[in-house]
Amino acid sequence: MTYAPETPAAPASPAAAPALPDPAADPLVIAGRTFTSRLITGTGGAPSLRVLEDALVTSGTELTTVALRRVAPDTEGSVWEVLRRNGISPLPNTAGCFTAGDALRTARLAREALETDWIKLEVVADDRTLLPDPVELLDAAERLVDEGFTVLPYTNDDPVLARRLEQVGCAAVMPLGAPIGSGLGIRNPHNIELIVEQAGVPVIIDAGIGTASEAALAMELGCDAVMLATAVTRAKDPVLMAAAMRDAVAAGRAAHRAGRIPVRRYAQASSPAVD
Amino acid sequence: MDVIINGEPRQVAPRTTVAEVVRTLTRSPGGVAVALNDEVVRRADWAATVVAENDRIDVLTAVQGG
Repeated sequence: MTYAPETPAAPASPAAAPALPDPAADPLVIAGRTFTSRLITGTGGAPSLRVLEDALVTSGTELTTVALRRVAPDTEGSVWEVLRRNGISPLPNTAGCFTAGDALRTARLAREALETDWIKLEVVADDRTLLPDPVELLDAAERLVDEGFTVLPYTNDDPVLARRLEQVGCAAVMPLGAPIGSGLGIRNPHNIELIVEQAGVPVIIDAGIGTASEAALAMELGCDAVMLATAVTRAKDPVLMAAAMRDAVAAGRAAHRAGRIPVRRYAQASSPAVD
Repeated sequence: MDVIINGEPRQVAPRTTVAEVVRTLTRSPGGVAVALNDEVVRRADWAATVVAENDRIDVLTAVQGG
């Protein structure tokens, strides 16, 4: 008598596997504008405009930062054109500003150049750390809000400063995970959680993200969105990393909504006890 | 007439307008903003704004950043 193994059941079709929730059913809303993607990208550091464009499109982003600088004569192509032809909204920043006055001037020029009153406000203290200067930042935020700007401030991971920025009318707060371009990840998740708990506006982690697991962690901590640039543009394969970040942000959001289990010090059996 | 355009000393003809300065720098003025002595000049006013001796004109555009 020969052994006749049972015919194994056909594996479930991959198409039948439950997918992550449709992002359109869980949109990000900032100042009344709705975004399907919770990944906000930057454009600095890309090896070429072609690679940048492929990475941005792959990332699924709908909002992307640009800087404002003096026109270089006879430059071929522009990041502005890349964003326009892909339907990605530009978010001008005030990178390079060290005072509230500088930031105001840059924001006004950005509004004129890009026809948007949205501004990612950066006022940094020094070139070595690029850490926000809290005094100048709050001053600039208040003045820009008064001028009718929709202000998204890059801020320290300081719950008190985040609250003050919201109180002066900022449309979101963007605490750093770690210094710009460092890839150090989220150095103080506890502070990020405190900021998320108290915030009445979206919280967007900004700076420090190095890889996909860190973007997912930001979302699991309850952040509403992730802003990153270097992690994609300076990756060995920027387009592949853009895909990884897209999926990490979606996965992290889903995990946050699903609700993680409590952390325990000791084991809890998941199999029933033996009778 | 001596002026400073994007930080560089330049000579321009009398009665040169901001619009003409922009045209010397770029053929695609979309996405461009102008500051005249640190004050924004609205796009609608470029053609009517005449630069003066020793003015500082900055012509800026969106670049990769952030």
